[in-house]
Amino acid sequence: MIRVDGLTVVFNAGTQDERAALRDLSISVPKGQWVSLIGSNGAGKTTLLNAIAGSVPAAAGSIVLDGAERSGEPEYRRSRIVGRVRQDPSAGTAPEMTVLDNLALASRKGPRRLLPAKPAALRRELIGRLAELGMGLEDRAAENVSRLSGGQRQALALLMAAMTRPAVLLLDEHTAALDPRNADIVTELTRRFVRGYGLTALMVTHDMRRALAEGDRLVMMHEGTVVADLSGPEKAGSSVEGLVRMFRDVRGEEYAEDRDLLS
Amino acid sequence: MIEAVLVEGFVYGVLALGVFVSFRVLDFPDLTAEGAFPLGAAAGAALVGAGAHPAVAMCGALLAGALAGAATGAIYAALRVPSLLAGIVVMTGLWSVNLRVMGGRANVPLIARNPVMDAAYALAPAAPDWSAALFFGLVAACVVAALALFFSTEAGIALGALGDNEAVVVAAGSNPAVLRTAGVALSGALCGLSGGLAASYQGFADVNFGSGVVAAGLASVMVGEFLLRSNRIGAQLVRVVIGSIAFRAIMFAGRKYGYLVGMGPNDLRLVTAALVVGAVAAGRLRSGRSARKALGGTMARLGAGPAGVRAPDGPAPAPGGGPGVPPDGPRSGRLGGLR
Repeated sequence: MIRVDGLTVVFNAGTQDERAALRDLSISVPKGQWVSLIGSNGAGKTTLLNAIAGSVPAAAGSIVLDGAERSGEPEYRRSRIVGRVRQDPSAGTAPEMTVLDNLALASRKGPRRLLPAKPAALRRELIGRLAELGMGLEDRAAENVSRLSGGQRQALALLMAAMTRPAVLLLDEHTAALDPRNADIVTELTRRFVRGYGLTALMVTHDMRRALAEGDRLVMMHEGTVVADLSGPEKAGSSVEGLVRMFRDVRGEEYAEDRDLLS
Repeated sequence: MIEAVLVEGFVYGVLALGVFVSFRVLDFPDLTAEGAFPLGAAAGAALVGAGAHPAVAMCGALLAGALAGAATGAIYAALRVPSLLAGIVVMTGLWSVNLRVMGGRANVPLIARNPVMDAAYALAPAAPDWSAALFFGLVAACVVAALALFFSTEAGIALGALGDNEAVVVAAGSNPAVLRTAGVALSGALCGLSGGLAASYQGFADVNFGSGVVAAGLASVMVGEFLLRSNRIGAQLVRVVIGSIAFRAIMFAGRKYGYLVGMGPNDLRLVTAALVVGAVAAGRLRSGRSARKALGGTMARLGAGPAGVRAPDGPAPAPGGGPGVPPDGPRSGRLGGLR
């Protein structure tokens, strides 16, 4: 579960370039809910994810994850209950290590021990996990990740982020850098992980069609705040054109994101 | 002659393993070795002088080096200064520490008592030089085996990942600062042990022992990489020692036959520097990517600041290469393996 209250994030504080990326933002996501986040560039979607993950500090506000206040907790500690997949497929994996080493590293959260990293039982389990991806990676477990395609890498990154069943899964445009076919595959895997494990997920996307098709709830952000929040029949009855119109009404300005209209 | 090259190769091979851990595994360019190596020599000589068992003396050298490495790691973690600066500070300070350890003398001879060499010559008393080569070969083999075992543990794999993509370690819930400090301490420990062995072999510890050892270690690592391609960590560790032997052979040839081209012992540093540059150039010819990572990558960090943290809201670069096409990298890695 996620409960963000009065969250403010300021970049370049105290300088001429000072800019509030998030302004007094509040959002509450119950356990097991899948939320799509949309909004124009600079709306603060990625910043919200970064603040929840702990990679940018909050200037004010509270971040409660899995029942405990987490603001101020270092990123590596929050990682124990937060999984994250970024847009860049190479961001979530160590490219010059094998697929199996990457998985073994991600299979356990917390401090590292001086114990064998890949005992036979774990090795078998991880190979099984790879096979479940349906991308043939189980036969390439001993290869370095740098030899995989972008789609394979992102599927691996998703598996690494979700396999420990984190209390919060953050997806930051994780299909945006992929070709349509791989984007569909990774979307399908996302659905399987989020629903299969009952994960609480926050997914940033520029693809309004996908945002409407996936998830339980749709949140629109603009200039660091939430401007629309649709779920249930409201979301089901929305169309891409409806969202664009709504955006215009709420902000009183044109929604100038061509790629959202085209996608 | 071959025996001497082998002994030097094994003794300084342990140092090269230390350089390998910091420069290659951790991607942490570091000059601590220039202080940790003579510190190990000083500590080893001091312990031997105090009548300690040779194994205890070498453990002392190893621990002293680990402390030096931990100091560098801690300064880096606490102050977020570039790794090279942290290493230079520690190396500079250690010069004074080393003199203290050696009781204010710049040179401590091990004439009266040299138990490590006694043990080395005792393996095969009939052929003492070969006996020493065998002894130090066994020591180097034990170090390589221990490292190979370590790099198959959770901590070992995480160290490799740390030098490759820190975000993966953070995502696994491990504190990267703690891991990195431990890794730099491991590098320092190997340098310290090598210093202790070198003092025994040379028959003295000297405050200037450390001068130039980082470049020598790097040259050994790179010569090894030039001779042998592998992405398995065990093979890469063995390769470092083989590189060290090859490097010492080149140095030996320079000392022995250098006069033929008008070269003296003082010119060997220039040869070392040329070897490093030559190995980088050769690697670049072989594959653009591995060379960039070889020295360019570590040196680029000079100005990059600690950990190469990405700007918080920075745009993610689009991945290169078309969809479905595996990036055409060289068949080498880090841990299973290291580039």
